[in-house]
Amino acid sequence: MRLWVEWRASVSLVGTVVKWLSVPLLFPLALAAYYGDGVAVFAATIGIAFAAGWLLERLDDDPDLGSREAFLMVALTWLAVSAVGALPYLFEAHGIPGVVAGSPDSTLANPVNALFESMSGFTTTGATVMGNISFDHHSRALMMWRQVTQWLGGMGIVVLALAILPQLSVGGAQLMDAEAPGPGLEKLTPRIAQTARRLWGLYLGLTALEVVVLALAHEVELAPNMGLYNAVAHGFTTMPTGGFSPAARSIEAFSAVAQWIIIPFMVAAGTNFALFWHATVGDRHFLDDTEFRWYVGSLGVLTAVLAGLLFTGQVTDAENVGRVASAVEPALRHAAFQVAAIVTTTGYASMDFTLWGEPAKYLLFAMLFVGGSAGSTGGGIKIIRWIVVAKSVKRELFTTVHPDAVKPVRLGGRALDEKSVRGIHAFTLLYLGIVLVGTFLVALFGTHGGEPLTVFESLAATASTVGNVGPGFGFAGPMGSYLSFSAPAKLLMVAFMWVGRLEIFPVLVLLTRSYWTS
Amino acid sequence: MRILVIGAGEVGSSIAGSLADAHEIVVLDVDGDRVDSLTFEHDVLAIQGDGTSLDDLEAAEVEAADVVIASTDEDETNLVACGTVKTVSDAFTIARVEQPSFLRTWQRSRGVFGVDFMVCTDLLTAQAIVRIVGLPTARDVDPFANGLVQMAEFEVDADSPLAGQTVAEADTFDALTFAALVRDEEVVLPRGDTVIEADDQVVVIGRPDRVEAFAGAVSPEAETDVEDVVVVGGSTTAYQVARLLEERGLSPTLIEQDEARARELAEDLPKTTVLQHDATDRDFLEREHIGDADFVVSMLDSDEKNLLVALLSKRVGAARTVAVADNPQYVSLFQTVGVDVAVNPREVTAEDITRFTRERQAENVAIIEPEKAEVLEVEVGPESVLVGRPIREAVADLPAGFVIGAITRNGEFVTPRGDTVVEPNDHVVALVTNEAHDEVADQL
Repeated sequence: MRLWVEWRASVSLVGTVVKWLSVPLLFPLALAAYYGDGVAVFAATIGIAFAAGWLLERLDDDPDLGSREAFLMVALTWLAVSAVGALPYLFEAHGIPGVVAGSPDSTLANPVNALFESMSGFTTTGATVMGNISFDHHSRALMMWRQVTQWLGGMGIVVLALAILPQLSVGGAQLMDAEAPGPGLEKLTPRIAQTARRLWGLYLGLTALEVVVLALAHEVELAPNMGLYNAVAHGFTTMPTGGFSPAARSIEAFSAVAQWIIIPFMVAAGTNFALFWHATVGDRHFLDDTEFRWYVGSLGVLTAVLAGLLFTGQVTDAENVGRVASAVEPALRHAAFQVAAIVTTTGYASMDFTLWGEPAKYLLFAMLFVGGSAGSTGGGIKIIRWIVVAKSVKRELFTTVHPDAVKPVRLGGRALDEKSVRGIHAFTLLYLGIVLVGTFLVALFGTHGGEPLTVFESLAATASTVGNVGPGFGFAGPMGSYLSFSAPAKLLMVAFMWVGRLEIFPVLVLLTRSYWTS
Repeated sequence: MRILVIGAGEVGSSIAGSLADAHEIVVLDVDGDRVDSLTFEHDVLAIQGDGTSLDDLEAAEVEAADVVIASTDEDETNLVACGTVKTVSDAFTIARVEQPSFLRTWQRSRGVFGVDFMVCTDLLTAQAIVRIVGLPTARDVDPFANGLVQMAEFEVDADSPLAGQTVAEADTFDALTFAALVRDEEVVLPRGDTVIEADDQVVVIGRPDRVEAFAGAVSPEAETDVEDVVVVGGSTTAYQVARLLEERGLSPTLIEQDEARARELAEDLPKTTVLQHDATDRDFLEREHIGDADFVVSMLDSDEKNLLVALLSKRVGAARTVAVADNPQYVSLFQTVGVDVAVNPREVTAEDITRFTRERQAENVAIIEPEKAEVLEVEVGPESVLVGRPIREAVADLPAGFVIGAITRNGEFVTPRGDTVVEPNDHVVALVTNEAHDEVADQL
């Protein structure tokens, strides 16, 4: 059987990306040097990344990238960088013989856990298996590496590679289409590498802005715990809709002002970055964008409903009732924060929402399926697909009454072709199907410290990892962790995060026979 | 004037025919048979040749032409022909196009393609139809003086309150003039004691809101508030009609049988409901409640189908119908058998082209009854007989067959009365019979 895919080309380019991964690793290395803890861990990782990347690159001197190779390259890149990204966790836990001692109490000593944490980072899921989230157990450099993986994964590591590696510009549109979230590819400039650079520039700018605002709030004593380290750490995980935090209590550990500052940045992270680009060049049309309007509208409505539930005391334990019931600002803040965090798939928590009443909890659960906008860093199904689904349902109702009517589905005045509508239906159905089958598999293989899972826990954990949201419900809630899931369940979820980040098709297509042969 | 018409298709022949009386017409066409038949039909010089070929144009003595009208069925041919003419001649070029996109390009930069005036048949027809929909009881509506003045033609049927009244009794509207009555295809200039009879057509000129009020007086029972409009057919003109209706805030229904074309129209017309079906299927019309429509505009590719659809729609209950008749002879026939208004696109095009081939001063022309009378808009110069004295005196020096309908001055509407004094640069909208036409035009 002859293979129709030039896999050497794909693997060689994966090597290039892995080789270049040693550059962002210099940041935690510098931090490690500054704090005097963990230099060897990162130096070893950089060495391995560079060597492995360089070796893989040798597979093909002149990689020629077609659309099939692009799928393979994108899918493999995410696996490869996650594997390399797990190395610092392993090195820190096990130590490097003769150089530095390990910290055997680290839960990341288990390779499955290290891979889970790394994949969760790069896919901006933010689900953690770290047992003790504190500087007592992990170096500051390692904790920052978690944040850096999310930042790299947010705008897309392949898009970043596109922006800086000239050898990727041919076939770049396919790469970006395979990786960037949302249906369809929007080119902002004639050259794809330039588009990728613009997107990364915007992303960098917004991240820097958030870091500055948080740090300033700290300086004027409005955000006591938000020192420069924390400001940078949260800047790195807000804009990619990541959700990791070096604080064990997530954003609850910070002041109300810090929470209010983070909300708009989460909302911005879930917005189509192309709109920001249009706005920066002075085009005000972004306000007319259909998806943007629905996005802002649904955030508003959901916040109002949730705030109402919290204000009227829909909280299960007495301590938390006092914090939000009959108090306008906290009820509104936690509702707005949690809606933004879940809808954009950031996954931060401003309070432990597993203690909320059932209606509020189920509302949050439903939000796991909403997702951010196309072309944003958010995961999930994405607002735009829901709009198309809703509009085509409306059309079905109309054509039931008027069987001869010809009614294209419109987005902002433009008619979508039926092929795109079909694609969106297929995606949405497939996504929901994967969540349902995944729930079964997690329930089958997953136990929680030996105990069976409840339906809700298994469903929420699956939906949360496929959607790259992060927190689940029950023991995997925002203040808990995925640590006590069994190893097979964790490996399943590594696959869910990978498939979810790449929006299913680029991964699933690799499993078909026709992809590899005719 | 010597006028060269390129293309002897339906429109070209029609233009040539209607201008042949007053001008020297040369027609150029690639089709020898058509050239022959034109030679015998009209008093014109028909030559076989290609309008885009410089040699053929020179053979038709293009240098001697004052006006060149490119009116073949192909837009591109017409544009190339005009451009070619401009290389050897400075004749005034008129191009007929079907695609409104060419018109938009031309409007952006007048003179582009070597075209001095562009006529878009589809758009003109669509505009004429939409004006009628706006004034449902009217047979014909034309705007003058940038829309400040409207000319409208109404049919007075037997149960109209106007039937049997004298013009003086009926004339209860200010800012509105009774310009003419059309009785048995003859134009009658009304005086105060003229009695309006059933089946007369009344031509009024006035301020648009007064014309609308008058429409209500002609047939008080008729629904004048149009909401549901059904467009049958998916031609470019039909698309333009739907688009113009959408612009007016309506959500029309459009029926097109071809699947691909229906999809295309549905994509381009966001507020229109496009139905893909055969509009001559009565069950379908009933199922979709076409009978509840205020207006059914039937513009399929054959006159017979248009008639059928119009009559069927009436049968299922539609309030009013407009049908496009490509054959000009069908216009009055359609109206006789029950279609409320019949529109002939070539007549509409001819009116527009006539504007440029008649006397230079006339800015806007509407034909009331072909060969009988027309409404003109004239900007009066300082030497005009009208300037500086009351209209009553000035009109005495002009031949009969001339009625001033409205005057606009600096963008304001002025109701003309006997003692109104016309000033230079006023725009006068007047009805002129054909007998009086040449004399009146000279003196204005």
